[in-house]
Parts: sequence; C-alpha cells; structure tokens
Amino acid sequence: MSASRMQLLSPRSLLLLSRGRIEMGAQRPGSGPGVRSLTSPPLYPSSPGRALSSLSATRRGLPQEKMSENGVVSRPKVLTIDTMNPTVKKVEYAVRGPIVQRAVELERELSEGMKKPFAEVIKANIGDAHAMGQQPITFFRQVLALCSYPELLNDSTFPEDAKNRARRILQSCGGNSMGSYSASQGINSVREDVARYIERRDGGVPCDPDDIYLTTGASDGIVTMLKLLVCGEGSSCTGVMISIPQYPLYSAALAELGAVQINYYLNEENCWSLDINELQRSLDEAREYCNPRALCIINPGNPTGQVQSRECIEDVIRFAAKERLFLLADEVYQDNVYADGCQFHSFKKVLFEMGPEYANTVELVSFHSTSKCYMGECGFRGGYMEIINMDDEVKAQLSKLVSVRLCSPVPGQALMDLVVNPPQPGEPSYDNFIKERTATLSALEEKAKLTEQVLNTVHGISCNPVQGAMYSFPRITIPEKAIKEAEDIGQQPDMFYCMKMLEETGICLVPGSGFGQKEGTYHFRMTILPPKDKLEILLNKVKEFHQKFTLQYS
Amino acid sequence: MSMLQENDPYMKDMKQVETAALFRQIIRIMEELRQGVKKPYKEVIDVASGDPQKTGMKPLSFVRQILAACLYPQLINDNKLPVDVRQRAQRLLGECPGGSVGSYSATRGMPDIVHRVSEYISRRDGGAWSNPENIYISPGSQWSLANIFQILVNTEASTRTGILTPVPGYNTSILSIKELGAVPVPYYLDEEQGWELHMEELHRALASAKGVCNPVALYIINPGNPSGQVQSRQSIQEVIQFASEKRLFILADEVYQDTVYGEKSEFVSYKRVLAEMGPPFSDTVELASFHSASKGMLGECGLRCGYVELVNLDPAVMKYIYTQFSKDSCAPVLGQIALDVMANPPQPGDPSYPFYIEETQHIRTTLVHNVNRALTAFNSLPGLTCQPGEGGVFVFPRLDLPPRAIQKAKEAGLGPDTFYCVNLLEDAGVFARPGAEYGQKEGTHHIRICIMTPPDIMEELLRRVTSFHTQLMKDFS
Repeated sequence: MSASRMQLLSPRSLLLLSRGRIEMGAQRPGSGPGVRSLTSPPLYPSSPGRALSSLSATRRGLPQEKMSENGVVSRPKVLTIDTMNPTVKKVEYAVRGPIVQRAVELERELSEGMKKPFAEVIKANIGDAHAMGQQPITFFRQVLALCSYPELLNDSTFPEDAKNRARRILQSCGGNSMGSYSASQGINSVREDVARYIERRDGGVPCDPDDIYLTTGASDGIVTMLKLLVCGEGSSCTGVMISIPQYPLYSAALAELGAVQINYYLNEENCWSLDINELQRSLDEAREYCNPRALCIINPGNPTGQVQSRECIEDVIRFAAKERLFLLADEVYQDNVYADGCQFHSFKKVLFEMGPEYANTVELVSFHSTSKCYMGECGFRGGYMEIINMDDEVKAQLSKLVSVRLCSPVPGQALMDLVVNPPQPGEPSYDNFIKERTATLSALEEKAKLTEQVLNTVHGISCNPVQGAMYSFPRITIPEKAIKEAEDIGQQPDMFYCMKMLEETGICLVPGSGFGQKEGTYHFRMTILPPKDKLEILLNKVKEFHQKFTLQYS
Repeated sequence: MSMLQENDPYMKDMKQVETAALFRQIIRIMEELRQGVKKPYKEVIDVASGDPQKTGMKPLSFVRQILAACLYPQLINDNKLPVDVRQRAQRLLGECPGGSVGSYSATRGMPDIVHRVSEYISRRDGGAWSNPENIYISPGSQWSLANIFQILVNTEASTRTGILTPVPGYNTSILSIKELGAVPVPYYLDEEQGWELHMEELHRALASAKGVCNPVALYIINPGNPSGQVQSRQSIQEVIQFASEKRLFILADEVYQDTVYGEKSEFVSYKRVLAEMGPPFSDTVELASFHSASKGMLGECGLRCGYVELVNLDPAVMKYIYTQFSKDSCAPVLGQIALDVMANPPQPGDPSYPFYIEETQHIRTTLVHNVNRALTAFNSLPGLTCQPGEGGVFVFPRLDLPPRAIQKAKEAGLGPDTFYCVNLLEDAGVFARPGAEYGQKEGTHHIRICIMTPPDIMEELLRRVTSFHTQLMKDFS
C-alpha cells in the first residue's frame, strides 16, 4: 500500500509485520470462501453523468470523443473505469445497494400514479427507526432545539433541566455556538461525559476521556480504525477477520483499503454463536497468504441479532491475546437486548475483569452511536469510539487521520452527550424520559419475538431468535428452478428472491448475499422496526410471497 | 525519494508535529485561563480556522429557527417563530422519511434538497443546467473531496498519482492527498501580484511531475485559501483550456464563493465558465465543484455539510461514486437543512426577509470593514506585508523577521512562522496559523488569520498583534 500508510505503523506493529509468512498470491477481499459478491445491474441506465452536454443543443447526442484535425479520435476521459482507483471497484455496499435504488424508483412510480400490486413501499432494509415512525425522545429534541436557537432559553414552556443541559453544551462549544468547529477528537466536556457513562456501564472500570474520539456515526470510526491498521502488500498485506454474516461496511472498507478480508463463520445452527475453533481455523488458513492483525466482532450481532455470552467474550479476548490481534468491538446495539437470559457485556468490562495480564495488553476499540438503541437518531451522525491500550505513536497517527475530517457534526456530539448523560431522578424530565425509553425498548422486544414467531410458521423459512439488535436474518429455502433462473440473469438467488418480493409486495429487504453466508444457504435481512400493526401485515405479506414463490418455482 | 518530494513545500510531516504542538499549547493556555492563571489577556482570540461563529459572529436566525422547529416540531404549532419558518420546517419534515430529522437520508442527500441545490446552481450560473443526479451532499466539502480523491488516486499503480496543488493551499486537502499515497505537485501563486495564478507556472509545475508521478488532476481553490485571490473569468478559461489540453480532471474548491469583497472582483464558477465556453470544452472537461454550509453567510462549520457537483464524468465511473458515498450512510440531516436555506433564502415579501437581509448585510459590511482594518494595520508594521485580498475569509501577511529572531526560532527547532505563532499565542493570546502549514515559497514566511470576526474582536486582535509584533521587532533588532 502507499508510503503514507506505512508511516502509520508503530514499531510494535512493524515487529508484527516482520514475522515470516508463507508466500502465496494475495487473496483479495470478497473472494474468500463462501462470500459471494452481488452482481449489481447498472445503477445509471439513463447515464446522467454528462451534466453539461445538454447545454449546447447543437451538440446534443454526439458522442463524447471529438475528432481532431487529422481525424484521430481524441479526448477520452481522464477518469474512466480503467484509470480509476481499482480498489474502489471492489467496494460493494448492500444495505444501500441496487435493491434500495429500485425501491426508490418504485416509490417515484407510485407517486406518479403508476399501478402496482401494492400501495406503498416498505423499507425494511435499513435500521432506520424514525423512518418507520419511532418517536424521538422529547428531552433530547428540546435540548437540541434550545442549542440551535438559544433565544428559546427565555421560553417558559421548555423544562428547566432541558435549558440547563443546553446552556452547559453551548458553553463547551466555541463561541457558544453549535455552528463552530470542535476539536477534531470532539468536544472535551462531551468526551468527559462519555467516559463517566462508560465507567457506570462497566461497573466502575476506569475510562480516560483522552481515549474517547467522537465520530460521524460509528461507521466513520470503524473506517478510520481500519485505515490505521491496514498496510503492506502481498503476503504481508493486512488481514482483518470479520464474521460471516457481517455488516457490509466492513467488507466495503477493507476492499477500498486493499486489505484482505478473513471470514469466520457464525454458527447458524446454534443461534449464530461465535465458535473459537472456527476463529482458529480461519486465522490459521489466512496466515498462509496475509498478515492477520485485527478481529472485528459485532455484538449484539448485525444482521444476525445474537448476543454474546460473557464466557464467549472472554474466549475471544484470550484468542486475540494469544494471536496478537487488535480487537474491534462494534457495540452500537448495546441497549437492544431482548431475549430472556441474554445480557449485554461490553468487551471493555470483560477485558478489565480478566486481570492485568489482559487488561494492560490487549488492544481494543469499541464503537457506539446515536443511531440505534432506543434513540434511533440516525440523521445526526453522532458516535464515539473508545481506544484501549493503543501505542502512543499510533495514537499520534490517529489524531492526524481524524483531523482530515475537521470534526464530527456538533449537533451529533451534543446528542451523544445527552445519550450518555440523560435526565436524572428528581429532574423535571426524568419520568417522561424513562416512559419514552421503556416504551420504545419494550415495543422492540415484542416485535423481535413476533418476527421470529411468524417467520417460523412459514414452511421454507427458519429464523433464529432475535436476541438483540434490530434485525431478523432468516434462512430461506429457494427452489432449484428459481436458483437456475437467477443464475441465468447473473443474480444471486436471494437477490432474485428479494427483487421479486419488492416488485410484487413493495417490501424492501436486503439479500443475505450482501452480508455473506455459508455457500448454498440463502437469507434476507429484515428490520423489526415497523410499528407492530404494520409489522404484522408485513410478516404476513412475506409469508404469502414465500409460499407463492415456492409454488411458482417448484 | 524524488526531487519533488524533497522540495515538498508543505513541509512533509514536520508541520504536523508543529501544528500538534500549537494545538497542545492552546489547550494548555485555555486550561490555565480557566484556573485563573494570570496572563496579559483574559481570553484567547482563536482565528486559526475559517470559523466565524467561534469568535462570536452570530448564525443567521432564519437557519437556526428552522433547525429548532425541525428538531422540536411542537414549535411549528405555536407562534413563537415566524410563519415562514414554520412553513419551511413543516415542508422539510414532510420530506424526511418518517417526518423526522432523525432518519437517514438517501445517499446523495434528501432528494428534494438535492433538487433545490441544483436549481440554485443553475440560477447562480446564469441558467447553465445542473443535473440533481450529479450532486452529492456529504458531511462537509472536505469529505466530498476525500471521496473524489479516493476514486482518482490509483493506490495500486506502480507510478504514484499526482495532483497539482496550489502553494499556498488548504492544508487539509493536501493531507487527504498524501493520506492516499498520492503526490501533491505544487504550483506557486504569485504573491507580488496579489497571489495571482500564472499559466506559465502551471506548465512548469506539470513538467516538474515528469518521471515522478502521473498527474491526473488540478486542484484549484477559488477564492483562495489562505491567499484570498479571486480568479477572473479569463483566468478560469485559460485554466480550463490547460486542463483540457493536458487531460487533467479539475477539482474546483469554491467554498468561499459567497465572500468576495474585492471592488473589481466577482465570483464566477468553473461550471459556468465551462458551460459558456461551449464545445468541445463543455462536453468533455471533467470537473468536480465543491461548496459548503460552513462558509459564506451561513458559517455553519459545526453542522458539517457540503456538496460536490460532478460534471462530464463517465457514467460507468458515476456508479462507483454512488457506492463510495453510500458507505458514509448520509450527510447529517441538520446540515442538509442549512444547505437548503443557503440555496433558498427568504424571498421579498416573506416575514423573515427583512431581518435576513439585515443580518447578511451586517456580515458583508463586517467582512469588508475587517479586511480594510487588517490591511491598514499590518501594512503599517515593519516586517509585515499583506497583499490586498479579494475574497475568502483570511489574510495571509508575509513576515520578514530580523535574523536574530530567525536564529532564535532555529534554536527552538521551529520555523520562523511557527515560532512567531507560538509566541503570539503565548504572549498575546492570539491563535493564528503558520504559513508552513499551507506551503510557501522557500525563504518566505507567513501567518494566516481569519478575519470573519465581530468588529470589536478584530480591533482587539489588531491591537494585540501590533503590540506583540512591535515588541518582537524591538527585542530582536
């Protein structure tokens, strides 16, 4: 990779790198066993790329090349499919992929009065709670409105605790305004509040505000950390272990960085649990052709919804310590745990309770966000990451990387502050806050159970319990004939299935192939976010569609 | 290591270290002030970034009222806010999925806002067509720029990708280029000629890349940052011809387009000039033009929102651009709303119109006033020369320090301009940035100061700089 990325290595990491590896052709991300890539249809059939061409009516419709005097075709584009950065071509992002673009088209067609077999498009593809009608937490929005337009601080209809919180946030902003840049790492007082929150969450395990970085959603933090970790070429190329199924941000970022994606499979037969033997297998195989340096864990799982037990987390930490892997813990669904007997344990807490042997050595970053849990405030792009045991020189490089983004959105930082420091008992807004939060979380719990239960009544669909997060990821049986037909048009069978479902029912799901799945198995991801009555209708439509589809192709 | 890299005017990573030291210094000083440590000043004046609200410029009420109403829709139903604000907020919420600013938007941005931004561009450019499908709203113009660099820079090629970049030029953009392992190929602006861009210099710069890297793009900042020059239509035409002839992709950073104050200057967009040049240029030259909600009349840096308009791109490449932006999820929705107001300010007859005009007039007057005050003050000091700017929000005066001061800086392991900034901050409580961060001709030194501040803050700043500078010249003469 580039020289600048090489600089990002600490002396310690260089040691890691210099370990001998057996030479083998570098395996490229996405080509690993079992992960099938989506074959996307062209996104721009109407080729809107040439904004200016219609300016000159006389030239309209002429090809882009012009003939020079001697008749030789000249002026091909500077940026073409052949000259563009090849790593970008490998990037795929299924949750906003072709199926979603088709859904947007269908919405437009509906609004233009075109006849469809459905009245509306239901986007159950993305974890976007507010889009599905979830209400925001009143207190959060009051404080943010006050911060946006501080003249409202004189308005008696806003509760005092909201005003106090707004004043405190504004005081920590440059020029007392959310409109000024913050430090790249984030507003100091917000990072301090995040640190106190983590300490409370983790039963007193200390947290240093200097280890907290406020990010533009969790995705930004994840991409930044991967950038920091990835280096090398060929057999010294960085490998990063990700679960299959995975959230496609990971595969997309690794493809763009030219890193090697190392797949470890979650065990579908055992509630998508993580098995240490499988980690070992995938790592041992990967050592043949790359330099594995990091292990990503999503807990609670996306798209799979499993919640890791404490023992499992301990095993993962021991494994990371033994194999010298940097741990990335994606914990954005930490408040979304529904199943009886399941509980969220943070990697940080478990790490520190395992004693100094681990607590002082294992490198860990944990991500959180304002987009999920009971808040669901995706549009603010707020988040944080906590970094533990990172080399100081690497930290300096991290500061440099985050400075390129200038800072994360200040309203998102303010919201993050409210999430980690919500109304306290005795404050005027406390009761209402608790009421709203409980209502949202218990509705999610109910919907998680409903989804599992209804889907499992369908012959040919089997769904693991949705222990946490916001999605079900059921396995679907696709008839041979349908698989054949999909292959004939160059589509993954589950993409074919989901496209059909979208066209016939207006329900937008993401095919399992966008997340990765064991060869020969098919899935889809569906959010549990629609309001209960709507979710029931949706589940029944899925059921009807599946039965019809199965019949049609058998 | 090539010649080009050895002579890197952006001072490679050294400036990073020095800048980091400056930032640590300001954090320490702020903390000391909080704890009541005695200093010759009570507050630091932070003019290190183009951040008007940081020094106390007020945000536009119309923008903030709309944001408040969108955040807390109860405000739409009572009469605390003007009726046009409430109507606009209601319409915007209707355009958000689920009627909430808490939902994700589409990848390119909220479709209705993208559409209105394209209409705004068209109005700005005398009717030149702007296709909404070619516009991507992102969390700030730097974010868009980094995404376009990511596609332009071939990170796997054996010959590194080169991008022509101005000296002086915005350091964050340069850092994004280097982060990808590409080579910034410097072209120098002519300080003596008011930081003008000369075509011979572009030719020289391009030739210097030969054998070093493969130059594919030309990065232009107009109006200039930090240098404040504004390109004439003719200069832009020449640059477009050059790019066409040399097959370079043009990256036009135009975030300061609404702050042009030079009496004879006018902002003309690259898009407009390209369109008006007609074929073959208007059909072929590839252009990315960047704008932002952080600058201009809005100055909403903290909301993090900007857009890029792409012109004449290969449709096959556009598909990857979509994917590239889609993995960022979307731009912050509040920022998109601010951008919408920028594109569609209140109109005559709207209840908010008179006050909106009053506020924007005040900002313009302040900028012109501050620039004149700063020029007069700096140019009256020995060892400081400041070119009259025409646009942007910075002045970039040149420092000619006495040899003893330069020697002292050297002993401290600092460049003369960083040395100056460190002491200016410590002794006078003014946070300015050293020219080394932006690149400067060898042997010259500058400082960058944001002049978009309330007039009283500007007066206090000039008083502090004058007194500090006079003392420094005395101490080292």
